[in-house]
Amino acid sequence: MTVVSQASPPSLSGRHALLRRLPAFLRRGAVFLLLAILATAFALAEPAFLGLANFMSVLQAVAVVAILAVGVTVSMAVGGFDLSVGAVAASSVMTASYAMVVWRLGVVETVALTLLFGVAVGLLNALLIVRVGVPDLLATLAVNFLLTGLQLIPTAGRSIATGLILPSGRSANGVFDPAFLAIGRSRLFDIAPIPVLLMLAIGIIVFVLTERTRIGRLMFAVGGNEIAARLAGANTSRLRTLAYLISATLASLGGVIVAARVGRGDISSGASLLLDSVAASLIGFAVLAARRPNVFGSVVGAIFVGVLLNGLTMLNVPYYTQDFVKGAVLVGALGLTYGLGRRPA
Amino acid sequence: MTSKPCRPAKDLPLPGSSRTVAPISLAAHNLAKRFGSTVALTQVDFSISGGEIVGLMGANGAGKSTLVNILSGALPADVGELVLDGHPFRPSSPGDAIRAGIVAIHQATDRAGAPGLSVAETLLIDRFADGRSGFFVSPAAIRRQARAIAHSVGFNLPLDRDFGEIGAADRQLVAIARALAADARLLILDEPTASLAAAESERLFQILDGLAARGLAILYISHRTQDLRRLAHRVAVLRGGRIAQTFLRPIDFPTAIETMIGRPLAGAHVAARVATGAPVLQVSALRLHRDGPPLDFDVRAGEVVAITGPLGAGKSRLLLTLFGAHPVVEGDIRLLGRAWRPLSPAAAIARGVHLAGEDRRKTAFTPGDWPGGTVSAAIAQPHLARWFPDGFLRSACERRHAQDAIRRLGIRAGGPDARLDTLSGGNQQKVVLGRWQAVLPHLLLLDEPFQGVDVGARADIAAAVRAQSDVATLIATSDPEEALEVADRILVLDDDGLCPLARIAADRQPDPTGARS
Repeated sequence: MTVVSQASPPSLSGRHALLRRLPAFLRRGAVFLLLAILATAFALAEPAFLGLANFMSVLQAVAVVAILAVGVTVSMAVGGFDLSVGAVAASSVMTASYAMVVWRLGVVETVALTLLFGVAVGLLNALLIVRVGVPDLLATLAVNFLLTGLQLIPTAGRSIATGLILPSGRSANGVFDPAFLAIGRSRLFDIAPIPVLLMLAIGIIVFVLTERTRIGRLMFAVGGNEIAARLAGANTSRLRTLAYLISATLASLGGVIVAARVGRGDISSGASLLLDSVAASLIGFAVLAARRPNVFGSVVGAIFVGVLLNGLTMLNVPYYTQDFVKGAVLVGALGLTYGLGRRPA
Repeated sequence: MTSKPCRPAKDLPLPGSSRTVAPISLAAHNLAKRFGSTVALTQVDFSISGGEIVGLMGANGAGKSTLVNILSGALPADVGELVLDGHPFRPSSPGDAIRAGIVAIHQATDRAGAPGLSVAETLLIDRFADGRSGFFVSPAAIRRQARAIAHSVGFNLPLDRDFGEIGAADRQLVAIARALAADARLLILDEPTASLAAAESERLFQILDGLAARGLAILYISHRTQDLRRLAHRVAVLRGGRIAQTFLRPIDFPTAIETMIGRPLAGAHVAARVATGAPVLQVSALRLHRDGPPLDFDVRAGEVVAITGPLGAGKSRLLLTLFGAHPVVEGDIRLLGRAWRPLSPAAAIARGVHLAGEDRRKTAFTPGDWPGGTVSAAIAQPHLARWFPDGFLRSACERRHAQDAIRRLGIRAGGPDARLDTLSGGNQQKVVLGRWQAVLPHLLLLDEPFQGVDVGARADIAAAVRAQSDVATLIATSDPEEALEVADRILVLDDDGLCPLARIAADRQPDPTGARS
């Protein structure tokens, strides 16, 4: 038995109604409001903050995290949680670098191979979760562990750059193709960095996929109530597999961008990517008070963290406080979402 | 929260099963409660005392939960007062009420314990929680104390079994035993027979009669008139947040039901129609288990067949098998004359076989704050591929279909975009039916379609099911009364297989509800 509350509120006088809606409005807009306050404060303290160049550098800095966060969001939509994205991105950096420097592959082959690697990891995750039945957190955490170790083996723990001495004693003399490096370093019309454009494109595509298509609706149906989704005729195994494929492939794309930007296969390049992208997806729960995984919120969450860190860096706040700041934002966002956002039962 | 003084376990009272209870006297005067703009209760006067079994009836949303929540300390009243044994009583939490001897047992008895704990441990949870058991607990002490509790309440409970493995009837008894061990003087039971078979219900009734004879007060909330007829000394009917009327023995149930739904009851039992349509479903020698009985039956277009029988006989399994959610063990199924091997729900839906599963929250709904948690999305979900072949959703189309269902079934909702969790149980069930009728199937399978649905909505649903003259409908229900309200033909499924229930004989049963048709 439930107590049913009437869905339609009674008509209230205009001012009263506005006051009544204010808390809900604040909750929905909290992240944007904070973003505006932060931007104003930073701009007052450091006028260079507001320039287009700085804005682009913020977006450039968060692009990879945002792309990974979109993937994590898709895995959350089917009721899962992909914790392997950090390691997938890091090992994709190594895959792309190895392909260029050791195998001397071209740009297209390198990118294709790296994305294929992501697809393979996605299939492995799906195999473990959907077929074998390992709980998603455990399966992807284990795969995260596996890949973190695997990426060290081909180079015996060395970072990859031209002149790398392989375990066989041979030295690898391939170079990063400038066309490959352009993926991470060039700008469209000298303004918009390619990674930012990729972030926007992926954000829009996956937003439309999750919020406006049949597939997206069914993914959320699986995440909301898998039994109900199956009894409504949805192929839940295929939908969950698709979600893990998307998240791993996006993570490997993130790896390609990192490799192209850094220009070497750095073994520690993916260290903070997992936590940062998970944080962005969770902050996304607070955006528009969605209280659920959503692509728009995840991208906004990544940008929010980026703006905050950029501003604090400009104000000469020490770099070692960054993780603390990110953690504080996450705790605040989750508290806001679940505490203040609680609906009357 | 005050904590009880810590007593060593061996000093626990060990009275015999005939222990009497100090009779409670609880009265509510002029209670009122609002939630925002919704008036949940108003001007409610109510009383109950030891030895009484009082029935509480009310349609969904009539205020039963609110009244129970106020009596059991889960909610404060806005206006009015409670008087317990002559003193004002203001419980600030369910713990306060339990200490005063008022225990509400939730309808979902799986909350009475936790899988992984034995029944014995479950009986002692309250002692673990309030510290009476001491810090260290030994298996032997647990067994001894649990046996003492079971003995003192006079129940025969499987103490060593895992709580997660025992049936609904035993869980119910565990919940009652826990309440009695906490010195309950007023038991509040919410639809306790909802998931019990007839024999289990009868056992429960005998226990409740015995408890009342020992001086316990019992507030029994139910939609089921046969339960109340068997048990209640008095029935209070809530409507629109008021006690509309109180009925004394002999209780005039037709009037009580009309009071509850606020309109005359236009003949609850339906007339059996003789089906002339083509057979849609033909089942022969179908086995649900390797050593189960072979089942043979068919359902024709325009015909409504109900399958009833005890819990666990396999009614749900039969429906799930026909829908492809359970593998066919053995047997032959023909759909529209052609052989049909249901392999998956998706394949069944594609062939025009629809199933509305038991327990709509588990089998049909997406949580309300999740995409798909609205009326329109719930109706659209199985039909997305048909309605949106290019893959892109258009909300106008979804809304149009939802509007159709809202109009056709009389769903009371804020509109197509209303969240499912804002609807009452009856309206939620109408949404489920609306989903599976949005595209008409050849065969409609309904598993317990009247669970948690009030009498008024039940009649609407039955009418909507019977109105489809091209659809063959097969309904599983554990309540023969419900079967009589919707079906043209009734089959009883038990361990020996299926046998038809002679409808005429069933209709002639002394039944004041049916007599008015």
